[in-house]
Amino acid sequence: MSATTATGGLPSDISSRSGAHDPYRLGRHDGGAGVGEGGPASRYVTVSYGFWIFLLSDIIMFSAFFAGYAVLSGATEGGPTGRELFDLPRVAIQTGLLLTSSFTCGLASLASHRRDQLFTQVWLAVSGLLGAGFLLLELQEFATMISDGAGPSRSAFLSSFFALVGCHGLHVGLGLLFLATMMAQLAVKGFRDDILRRLHCFNLFWHALDIVWIAIFSLVYLLGASS
Amino acid sequence: MLGKLDLSAIPLDEPIPLVAALVVFLAAVGVLGWVTIRGWWPYLWREWITSVDHKRIGVMYIVLAALMLLRGFVDAIMMRTHQAATLFGPGYLPPDHYDQIFSAHGTIMIFFASMPFIIGLMNFVVPLQLGVRDMAFPTLNSVGFWLTASGALLVNLSLVIGEFARTGWLPYAPLSELDYSPGVGVDYYLWAIQISGVGTLFTGVNLVTTILKMRAPGLGYLRMPIFCWTSLASAMLIVAAFPILTATLAMLTLDRYLGFHFFTNAGGGNPMMFVNLIWAWGHPEVYILVLPAFGVFSEIFSTFSSKPLFGYRSMVAATLFICVVSFTVWLHHFFTMGAGANVNAAFGIATSIIAVGTGVKIYNWIFTMYGGRIRFDTPMLWALGFITTFTVGGMTGVLLAVPAADFVLHNSLFLVAHFHNVIISGVLFGSFAGYTFWFPKAFGFRLHEGWGKAAFWLTLAGFILVFAPLYLVGLEGMTRRLQRVPVEGWGPPLLVALLGVAVMMAGAACQIIQLVVSIRRRESLRDETGDPWDGRSLEWSTSSPPPAFNFARLPHVENEEPYWSVKQRSIEGQPLEAPDSYEPIEMPKRSATGFLTAFFATAIGFALIWHIWWLAILGFIGAYATFVVFAWRDEAEVEIPAEEVARIDRERLRVREAWYRRREEAA
Repeated sequence: MSATTATGGLPSDISSRSGAHDPYRLGRHDGGAGVGEGGPASRYVTVSYGFWIFLLSDIIMFSAFFAGYAVLSGATEGGPTGRELFDLPRVAIQTGLLLTSSFTCGLASLASHRRDQLFTQVWLAVSGLLGAGFLLLELQEFATMISDGAGPSRSAFLSSFFALVGCHGLHVGLGLLFLATMMAQLAVKGFRDDILRRLHCFNLFWHALDIVWIAIFSLVYLLGASS
Repeated sequence: MLGKLDLSAIPLDEPIPLVAALVVFLAAVGVLGWVTIRGWWPYLWREWITSVDHKRIGVMYIVLAALMLLRGFVDAIMMRTHQAATLFGPGYLPPDHYDQIFSAHGTIMIFFASMPFIIGLMNFVVPLQLGVRDMAFPTLNSVGFWLTASGALLVNLSLVIGEFARTGWLPYAPLSELDYSPGVGVDYYLWAIQISGVGTLFTGVNLVTTILKMRAPGLGYLRMPIFCWTSLASAMLIVAAFPILTATLAMLTLDRYLGFHFFTNAGGGNPMMFVNLIWAWGHPEVYILVLPAFGVFSEIFSTFSSKPLFGYRSMVAATLFICVVSFTVWLHHFFTMGAGANVNAAFGIATSIIAVGTGVKIYNWIFTMYGGRIRFDTPMLWALGFITTFTVGGMTGVLLAVPAADFVLHNSLFLVAHFHNVIISGVLFGSFAGYTFWFPKAFGFRLHEGWGKAAFWLTLAGFILVFAPLYLVGLEGMTRRLQRVPVEGWGPPLLVALLGVAVMMAGAACQIIQLVVSIRRRESLRDETGDPWDGRSLEWSTSSPPPAFNFARLPHVENEEPYWSVKQRSIEGQPLEAPDSYEPIEMPKRSATGFLTAFFATAIGFALIWHIWWLAILGFIGAYATFVVFAWRDEAEVEIPAEEVARIDRERLRVREAWYRRREEAA
């Protein structure tokens, strides 16, 4: 009873019952199932996917801080500029530490695929130490700047610098807490499904911090030191 | 020891907040005492407070929203009565208190009334419509709710301990900076919104993941009910916009607490950046609220016209179009900032274009009704009230989108009337429509129709009576947020608006009476079929209220209106799907994580507002400990045995088959 008749293109029967036969098939096809007809995804997929979405939101938060920095980077109020403040060799070491820690984090992931408790723990510990080294250098940089009278209250430029770089540092710090918790869990609980899912999320988090750092390194430090 | 907190924080010299706080306090003590006497705590703790069931969390969201809606409405009543009173005398609210009232009204209505109502509806409905058993992350869902409740608690605490912001619902810098707002009001705002904002973000992440990754077999994207589509769009906007709010409020917090210079006048700060950033979140926020409401109306127009939704695909396209374009219009909130004619023109055009997407929807709804067999039940009345009044609000919006006109109407009551016109008819009517529509699904009985219709007509009439006069005085130049009224000619319209508020109060009273009456007469209003409205999507295929696991077996979806086709088959003589064997179902285990997290978040927020640093540190430690304890648990799920599933589901089928047989005999 597909009731499309000649009356001005309108279906002849538009009463409630014909809803079953959907007289207005405008743009609707039975083959319109599209992607994802196989039912709910596995827990592993769902958790990783959700974490990806969270990371995207985190990156948007960073983008707001980047926007703030872009607007305020010229507002030095007669105070020190990036060129006078940024110590590129130190930043290069920081970058090296952070990127290496991402690599070792990847090694930990590979070890966990082999269910190798010892090497998973070792590589996680190495990642954590490299991250802690990065954080230490950053804190040292901040302390030096503040004691030199170039703290966040000095100018809007420095406010936005401290907020952006500090926000990344805060993430690294929380990441270390996450990492320590994961190592303890792994030691106690072994390679359970939920532990593996969380390890995967930690990996995603740690790599995402690298992505943000690369943007900070290029847009804040390299551009700032050259202008 | 207690930071800035001492006895002077309690406004002993101001009778209005004190009496209000006393009433709230006594009511709270009364409720808690009653619960204790009846011995309901164990039940409440097990079944609600620690529940991770999306249906329970959805209901709790809506209870919170309803309470906050009343609180925000009281603020509105105070503003209207005060302005009317100033026509004859000095009024009864001193300026600093009046400023707190309008700030609290906006803050509460957007963050703690509209948002929880809409999120509550999405929480309750989306997994049911998707034909699945829960959200992707049930415990995170509970955390999100309790963080929202924590924010609401902090805002209401400001009533009696300290003060609330006097800066408007968006704390524009530099007014909100320490130099001009030295009190704790803005700090209350910052921490309350920051905490509830994190909760909202969690819910957004959860909804996106649920909709994209957890659907019943066969439920492809273009077979999802339109409410799922609008929820998806809204949740994606939450994920993309709320981090901007978090960052912006964090910047203002750094300015206020650590002497940063993001938005200050001194030190090279840029106050205009605050306005830009806050509206880069704020405009998408409008659509976060209204898109799910559009989804509710779509379901209702289709169900109560007994027809499939007209132009389903164009509806999906319009939703996603609005979703994207909502990020390109924020500057229309401050055309007068001086960004230049070309910039203003670009944003004015974008603003006009976004109305096209809404226009498509309006026509789709009208064509859905065309030729349908329309039933005028209460949800449909709200939907019809929406489509007529929202169109007016939309048109005044397009008018304001013209920069030249905006220069005249900017900050006037015309603007206030415009956004109330769209928010009340869109979000509030949508919430009420959804509440009436899905109430039987949640509790197993309908709401009383007579009181519902009375509530609708009174609310609609009151709404028009309030805001039509405000449009008029706005055109005559009356600006918003006036503590006293300097022009005599504005008196009569303001008195009409006062009358309108009284009518709306009657409407609100009818809603409360409706709930009480419905609960008392629940036996005669009982919904045995699980399908009280002749519904078309999957939530109606299970019982009312649904069992904890929603569906004994995941439904298999074969077209856009799966439940409708199931019913048609049954009418044609084939039995409803009755599985021979049942399998045990794993359901997520209840958890106190959400409640505890919010407890510590409240402590942290309160401590940071009053500079009680040790308490803040303790709160952080507590929150982290909660997180570790949650992560350490060995069993995340409980099993419902197959016999139990079979018993529940066979009972459901029996009741429903009996109902269908009765209906066939009647026919």
